[in-house]
Parts: sequence; structure tokens; C-alpha cells
Amino acid sequence: MSIKTEAARLSQLDRLEAESIHILREVAAEFRNPVLLYSVGKDSSVLLHLLLKAFRPARPPIPLLHVDTTWKFREMIAFRDRRAAETGVELRVHINEEGVRQGVGPFTHGAAVHTDVMKTQALKQALDKYGFDAAIGGARRDEEKSRAKERIFSFRSAQHRWDPRNQRPELWNLYNARIRPGESVRAFPLSNWTELDVWLYVWREKIPVVPLYFAAERPVVERDGALIMVDDARLPLRPGETPTMRRVRFRTLGCYPLTGAIESEADTLEAIIEEMLTTRSSERQGRVIDHDPTASMERKKQEGYF
Amino acid sequence: MTVTPERHAALAAYLRKHESRDQLRFITCGSVDDGKSTLLGRLLYDTKLLFDDQLAALARDSARHGTQGDALDFALLLDGLEAEREQGITIDVAYRYFGTDKRGFIVADCPGHEQYTRNMATGASTAELAVVLVDARKGLLTQTRRHTWICALFGIRHVVLAVNKMDLVGYDRARFEAIAAEYTALARALGIADATCIPLSALRGDNVTARSPQMPWHAGPALLEHLETVRVERGMGGTGFRLPVQWVNRPDHSFRGYAGTIAQGSIAAGAEIVALPGGRRSRIARILGPDGDLEVAAEGQAVTLTFADELDVARGDVIADAAHPPQVADQFACRLLWMGDAPLLPGRPYWLKIGTRTVGAQITEIKHKIDVNTQSELAAKRLELNEVAQCNLSLDQPIAFEPYAENRALGGFILVDRQNNATVAGGTLDFALRRASNVHWQYIDVDKAARATIKGQRPCCMWFTGLSGSGKSTIANLVERRLHALGYHTYILDGDNVRHGLNRDLGFTDEDRVENIRRVAEVAKLMVDAGLIVLVSFISPFRDERRMARALFGAGEFLEIHVDTPLAECERRDPKGLYRRARAGQISNFTGIDSPYEAPEAAEITLRTAEAEAGVLAQRLVERVLSFEPAHARPAP
Repeated sequence: MSIKTEAARLSQLDRLEAESIHILREVAAEFRNPVLLYSVGKDSSVLLHLLLKAFRPARPPIPLLHVDTTWKFREMIAFRDRRAAETGVELRVHINEEGVRQGVGPFTHGAAVHTDVMKTQALKQALDKYGFDAAIGGARRDEEKSRAKERIFSFRSAQHRWDPRNQRPELWNLYNARIRPGESVRAFPLSNWTELDVWLYVWREKIPVVPLYFAAERPVVERDGALIMVDDARLPLRPGETPTMRRVRFRTLGCYPLTGAIESEADTLEAIIEEMLTTRSSERQGRVIDHDPTASMERKKQEGYF
Repeated sequence: MTVTPERHAALAAYLRKHESRDQLRFITCGSVDDGKSTLLGRLLYDTKLLFDDQLAALARDSARHGTQGDALDFALLLDGLEAEREQGITIDVAYRYFGTDKRGFIVADCPGHEQYTRNMATGASTAELAVVLVDARKGLLTQTRRHTWICALFGIRHVVLAVNKMDLVGYDRARFEAIAAEYTALARALGIADATCIPLSALRGDNVTARSPQMPWHAGPALLEHLETVRVERGMGGTGFRLPVQWVNRPDHSFRGYAGTIAQGSIAAGAEIVALPGGRRSRIARILGPDGDLEVAAEGQAVTLTFADELDVARGDVIADAAHPPQVADQFACRLLWMGDAPLLPGRPYWLKIGTRTVGAQITEIKHKIDVNTQSELAAKRLELNEVAQCNLSLDQPIAFEPYAENRALGGFILVDRQNNATVAGGTLDFALRRASNVHWQYIDVDKAARATIKGQRPCCMWFTGLSGSGKSTIANLVERRLHALGYHTYILDGDNVRHGLNRDLGFTDEDRVENIRRVAEVAKLMVDAGLIVLVSFISPFRDERRMARALFGAGEFLEIHVDTPLAECERRDPKGLYRRARAGQISNFTGIDSPYEAPEAAEITLRTAEAEAGVLAQRLVERVLSFEPAHARPAP
């Protein structure tokens, strides 16, 4: 093994990495039954990478949980299973079976109901089922206005509710992990990272990410101003819609019918970073769900959404 | 589009630049309406860090909630909570991220209202620099002084006074200079080393990212220029190696590592270390960094250490340079910002978290609270929300620490309420009141077990709690008579009687009630130590104090007995006529009338006097105490 002999000055990425590892270790030490919410996207890839680093040479004492809405891109599911096998970290998958029985989906019930039942309610079911008292998420404060206000250890009531008007003060890196039975904490190790930091770190550390982030020829339809990929036969085509092959990629990943692609030529990490530096829109633009009423993320979060 | 080698090289160069780029964490603070959010919005806008969809959303929001007519209302960029946008105020701190070629910035926009001071403190605790705004028309306000005081408390050494809304005072130089002079004096009095004053208009962009032609008389830099160039020291000055242990890493028998973030100094393989407060020594065998083994690691790095010897080290211990270890103590002088909705009461037990250690703690004395407006010292028996004070602090076990001025990680602490788990205070340690190592327990040959054996009984504390007139003393008296008749050694500590002597100096305020219970609990502990069965008959209305009392005793030694009589019944009995007088307003702070009684949640025994005679209840208690005594301990009469 190579040994570094000089303590170099920490760069911005080094500082962010150290802060995140510190947070992950605090969660492991302070909670009885923590879990890492693994959503398969780039932020989750970075979280998983940091989790492995934080507890090396031991295997991470925190399992992964994926809340599968059954509408994720097929490539995401394949990537998820491959990474779990490669890293050896325990992966649990939860699907809201009740929602499946009722046939809940984005086309039959609309984006809002689908997200609530298959994502928010499913997450709460999973947390209750396994009795997790802390759930680690990859949310960043630069993503969205209400997230910019959230603590690193964010308290949730026994009903999983967030009270943004009455958050616990959070001084230095002294995270208050004390809760009563039934209550829980959502912990956000990537709070202080920006989208650019995430991509630079993926590049520097050679972290595997889902291929959907890279530009390729994909079948898409243009719908309500967004480019929706036809990932399987469940996408009902409207009159006049014909899937066409276009060179696209995704800046964020979620349920495929709710995630807009962008036209792009960026097929390498370097090109993605370059595209980011010149882009004029924020990454959440492609999220259909965010364009509900103003500040809707805050309402969803209050109800238990990550 | 494939990346050509030239473009790849350019990107690699960019990454290196980003990597080596410095980062500054700062806050904006000051009174409400002084324009903090507007200033930050202006900074983000002028540095072209807003995306098109964010600008479109801002234009939409400005039309709906804005206060700037047809112009963009930058405050709406940061006030992200619905309640904030509706009320036009900032409730909680918002973090934003931006950068220029020279530096990356994390900025925390802090609320100005006094009621949200704890959220401002959240932002200030991690900041290296503070931008304090004032309105040029109003000058320094109470919140300006309060926020500056909190900046000083948290050791922020660089402060920028941004005198905003200069456009509304006609860019008047004399006005700016008067405010600057007053603020410079305040900063000096609080020990802030670097205070820079800049006149600006956030709304119009004067002196924000570029020097303003409106104020040619201002020789200093524009705000952004100053933020890009100000030199900020990382550490607090201390140099000895310190690492609070977060996590003991034991994957198998061959590896035992201690994971944590280096709080100060640097460490090399082979260095001699000491684990505190235990004091065991060893040498560093390996240092595992995020990317494998390191020979050297320094402040800020998250590492895992292994030692040459097997040491008993746990989470919360501090690994330190053996030649220059920190002090170990359990009593301190500290400064405190109270953030709880309920007041701080001296003597009440709280949890204290410092570094990675959590211990029991109490504030033993409020030396004085501080009027942030005048810096004057005021006597106080309690602290209310947002008050600041100089206090004495006592812990239930010693910790390794350093004064906050020398090391943030080993000198900054929070207090947590034991009932609702709220974070109720942030504090900084100034110095130890005595070194724990100097305090010895006198070793005594005859111990509690020996004293109990000679009496043929198992000592315990029966703690009767309940409203005045509930029947505590009546039942305690019956219990003692029976135990005495059976040959047991007992003693009753009665609330009224103790107030005639030991606690003669105490009244009935919440503070005095806490102290009243503390003293009695300590006396009861001494009596149990002496081998007695002690019956404590005190209203003891607060859960926290009963919990404190319980914590003094060993397992099974403390029996909480809730004498549960409805208030109406107590008031009907009114054996001392106290309820009548309290209802007439002749007695204040009377439990059940204008002072709360917190019923036990998990008492060992609950006695409902409305359902059984006192004699029957007393007999039940006697049987409980005797059954709980081991049978062989009782000699034949």
C-alpha cells in the first residue's frame, strides 16, 4: 500500500469529505438502528462511497434501504443490485404493496398521489416496519429553498413530521441525537455539498454512477415541455406521440415518467462537469413533481417525504 | 461529442483549481429589516450564480409576495419557508453556496428577530466571519449588539459591519463614520480582533461586488472584494494533537481502531499518546485516512488510529499528545446562551455534549447575566430564552477539555433537556474551577454494606411525592412507626421540618424549589450511606429534580412513591389552611394553584388515598420494603 507522508492542507473537497464521514460516524454511534436511504442517484453513490470509507476496514454497520416505487428506470434497478453485490453492504428494498394492489401509478393517479403513496407513505411504512430510528439521506442544501433551511440532524416526530418553524438549534458539529421511542432523525451528511462538488468528487474518486447520467441515444417523447424517456411499455402514448431517438441524458433520476431528460452530448464525466459550468438551469428543473404549488417541497417534507 | 485531450487537460486543470481553492464560511446577521436577505440575493445575482429557472421563479414570487414593486425582491430567494414568505420575515438560517475564482463561500443567512436568536447562533457557531448589517438611518440597534455579542461568544474573529441603505441617507459620509466609530468601539470591547466597516446599498448594488461611484470617499474595498481577500486562520492557536473518539472500529480480533476527526494539531505514526480522562498511554501504530494508510494526519481530517498496546478506550475519550495533554476537570466557569423555551434553573440536571462525550451536568450558579445592550452585569436566579450569562458548571464525571478560546472542539458544548430532548443551551468553557485530579475521595474502611449489616437491614430511600395535603406525611409517619416497632433503623425527612433548619434560607420560587430538593436528596443519600431506611416526604413537584435525586442512589435503593390524591380532595382537606390562603392570593407559587405539579410517569408505587385508608396504604409500603430486603439479612428477633 502507498503511504502518504505529508499532511497536506485540506482542499474544499477534502473538508467536505471529512465533514460527511464525521456525520456518518456520529449516526452510527448515537443511534440504535440507523439506515441509509439509497435512491440509486449520484448523491446516493457518493454517500455509499463515504459510508465505506468511514468504517474501513470494517463493513459499514448501517444497511441500505431503497424505496422502490416500481416506476424507476430499469437501469437504476440493475445498477442498485450490482453495487450492493460489489460492496457487500446489506440492501433492503421496500415497495408499498398496498399501493401496488390498488394499481397506484403516475398515469392513473397523477404525479402527486403517486409520489405520496409510493414514495412518502412507502418510506414511512419501511421506517416503521424495521424500527429505524435514524435515516441518512443524500439531500443537499443547494438543491431547493426549504432544504437550504434544514439541519444536518433533522428531528422527526413519531408521525414522521418535520416542523420547520421549530427546529432544534445545531451548534458546531455537536449533533443532538436524543429522541424518545417512536421519534426519529433524518441525517444529511451531504448538506454542505453543491451539485458541482458532487460531480467533482465522483470524478476524483472514480465512483460508479448510473449510465443514465451520460448522453446516449434514447427513445423519448416530448410532453408538457419535458423529454420523457419511454423506458417500458407502461408509458401510455398520447395521440400523435411517437417515441423518437434523441441524444439525451438526465441530471437527476427518479420515476421515469416524472423525470425529464435534457438534450446533451456529454457522454463522459469531464463533459458533464463542463456542461454544468455553462448551464443556465438548476438540476431540479427536470423534476415534474417540484412544479406543483410554490415551495411544495416544504409541504411534502412536513408530511414525511425525504 | 467526445472529450479531446486538450479539453480533458483543461478540465483537469479546473478540478485542481477548484481543489486548491480556499473556502470561507460566513454569516449575515443584524436586526430585522436591515436588508440581510436582500444583500445576499444581490451577491448571488451579481456573481451570476442564479440559474434561469431560479430567476424565473424569483420573478414569479416577486410579483406575488414581493415588496419592491416591479423589481426583483431578492429576499424571496432566501426566505424559503412558506411562513417566511407570507410574513416577510426570516425564521431560520438558510445556507447558500457560491464562489468566485478566488474563493468558495458557504453563507448562512441568519434571522434578525430576537425570538429566533437560537437559529442565528446555529449559523454563527460554524462561521469564520460575520457580516453584521445595520440600516444607515437607524444605526446600531439592540439586535446589532446581541448578534455581535454572540459572534464574540463563538470566537468569530473577523466581522464586517455593512452599513446598508446608504442611498436613503444621500450617501452621507458623516453618517457612515459616526456609525463606524461606535461599532469599532463595541467590537474592541468584546475582543473582536478585526472589524471592517463598509458603506453600501444592497438594493442598488453600491459597494457590494464593485466599488460605488456614489461614495468615492470610501477608500476601502467593496464587500465581495473583502470577502475574497480577508485572511482567516483555521485553527484557534493550540497545537497539541487532540482527537475525540467517535467510534471504536472492531471488525475482528485482528483490528481495533479508534475513529474520529482530528480537532487540533497533527499526528504521526510512532507518536506517544495518552487517552483521557483515563490516562493510559501508548504509541500510534497506524493512521488510516479516507484513502488508506497515512504517515501523518492533521486537523480537520477524519481518520482511524490504532495503538501499539491494547487500551481500554471508548467513544467520548480524547486521544492526545502525551507530552502536551489537555486538562481534565469536572467543574468549570463558562459562558452560556440560553435557548430553551423553559427557563434555566440552577441545580436542574441536563445532558451536556462536548466533543463526542455526553455527561450529566448542572449549572450550579449563575454568576451574572449580561445585558447585551450595555454589556453590564446583572444578578440573576434564572435565565430566560435568549439570555446570556457567565455561569459555573458541574459535571457528573470528569472530561478532557480546553478553553474555547484555544480549541472550539474541546471547549464548546450544548445542554440538552432530559425530558423533551430539546437543545436548550450553547456554551463555551473558560477555565476549570478545580482540577478533578486534585479532588480525592477519603478512603473509608467501614462502608455502606458494613453499616447496613450491623443494623441487619437493607438501607433505602422512600421518596414520597404529591400535592400539599395529599397525605404524604401521614402515611410516612405510619410507615416509620411500624418499621421502628419491628426493629428497623429509620429517619423521616419532612419538607416542613427541613425548611425550619437546613433550608431556612430558601423560598418557593422554581429556583429555590430545585435547591431545596437537591439538599434533601444529598442528605438522604448520606443517611442511606449510614445504613438507614430514609423516608423523604416532600411535595417535590418537578420530574427533573426527582430524577436527579434518583440518580444519587444505587439500583433498587430509591423508591418513588406517588401519593395520588386529587387536587379537589387536597383542597377540601386543607389541613394547614394553605389552599384557602393561596386561593385568596395571600401565598404565591403554591403547587397545584399557580405552580405546576408534574406527576411521576413511572413511580415504583402509586398510593390512591381516595380508595384506601392511610393505615392500609402504610401496611402495603411496609410489606414492599421488607419483601425487597433479602431474607437472610434479618437476624432473628
